[in-house]
Amino acid sequence: MRQSIDRREFLKLAGLGGAVFASGLAGGAKFAGAAESDFYFVQLSDTHWGFNGPVVNPDAGGTLPKAVAAVNSLGFEPDFIVFTGDLTHTTDDPKERRRRLAEFRDIVKGLKNKNVRFLAGEHDAALDNGQAWKEFFGPSYYSFDHKGVHFVALDNVSDPAARIGGEQLAWLKSDLAKQAADARIVVFAHRPLFDLYPQWDWATRDGAQAIDLLMPHKNVTVFYGHIHQEHHQMTGHIAHHSAKSLIFPLPAPGSQPKREPIRWDPAQPYKGLGFRGIDAEVQEADYEITEYPVKRA
Amino acid sequence: MNSQRRRLLAAGVAAVAFGAVAFAQPKEKVIRVTARKWVFLPREIRLKKGVPVVLEFVTADVVMGFNAPDFKVRADIIPGQVARVRLVPDKTGTFVFLCDIFCGDGHEGMSGQIHVVA
Repeated sequence: MRQSIDRREFLKLAGLGGAVFASGLAGGAKFAGAAESDFYFVQLSDTHWGFNGPVVNPDAGGTLPKAVAAVNSLGFEPDFIVFTGDLTHTTDDPKERRRRLAEFRDIVKGLKNKNVRFLAGEHDAALDNGQAWKEFFGPSYYSFDHKGVHFVALDNVSDPAARIGGEQLAWLKSDLAKQAADARIVVFAHRPLFDLYPQWDWATRDGAQAIDLLMPHKNVTVFYGHIHQEHHQMTGHIAHHSAKSLIFPLPAPGSQPKREPIRWDPAQPYKGLGFRGIDAEVQEADYEITEYPVKRA
Repeated sequence: MNSQRRRLLAAGVAAVAFGAVAFAQPKEKVIRVTARKWVFLPREIRLKKGVPVVLEFVTADVVMGFNAPDFKVRADIIPGQVARVRLVPDKTGTFVFLCDIFCGDGHEGMSGQIHVVA
């Protein structure tokens, strides 16, 4: 009988069988097949805490807590968790904005893993240049290193015009200058850095400048949110992966005249919502993505 | 005639000629659009392919943006100022324009359409 299980194998099995394998691993089984430097992180996005729209999500107040519970029950411990923006739904009232941010923070305190990173979305930050968001979560752009990968979190939302801005771009240039050309670099952002579909505001006005700075590096992958659906696109050798939302899905880019939330399907509750796990294989600079639903079947 | 007078006369002739040319050019149509929380008025703009127009934008609310990505024109709309963009539609069809400066609770629905006919 095997004493341990390879993490990738576990993920495949979990995808097929779900909770049985997860609960079986809860007793502390180790991922012996994984190289020491490989690791796993979880991305959640666009939780829009405070949103009220029963037609698109009658469980707006319950979806985030369910997602927190789902992450806690993955059956193994991710190295860290990242939220890629729009933690809260926008409000013109600064007091209400802070109330929503506080409630969001308190809910995600329920995550068993305490190594949690945050990014802002335009709903959180664009109306006050990120002031309230920073009160709760600190600097809106930063970098950190984890097991051989250099992570960069960009803020392309605190400027209401969706610009990264000269100051942050200069910081990015300086940050990247310390990285070798073949360094493993992962970028987190809220909005797409490329012009995905500007007609629906799915772009960053000066995102091309950030991509230009990243281009000399051979191994760059971007994980972002904003568009409430999975989307995968290359700009040159740089891969961009958008995540699902945890409040409502949006239609595929340009697939209909207006960008309107997809209605809740009572026959398939939480359809189109979810979070993802990313299995980082550092040597290969490979990131295997596993999509998870809000609620396990 | 001394050289200074010749220069003045030449300048005067040139000014008259320039004025005549300017006067002879058909005046471009101006369409005024009001941006307010959270709507453009009018929402629908009808244009003819190849016929230039000037779009004028005003707002009394907060800073907003006009962006018509299919025509690569945009402008900041600042309270108390008139923003102008010149647009020469080079294709027919229906195209989206939107506010591209996050301006409040209803920002994401703030868009309109440009209809261009042959």
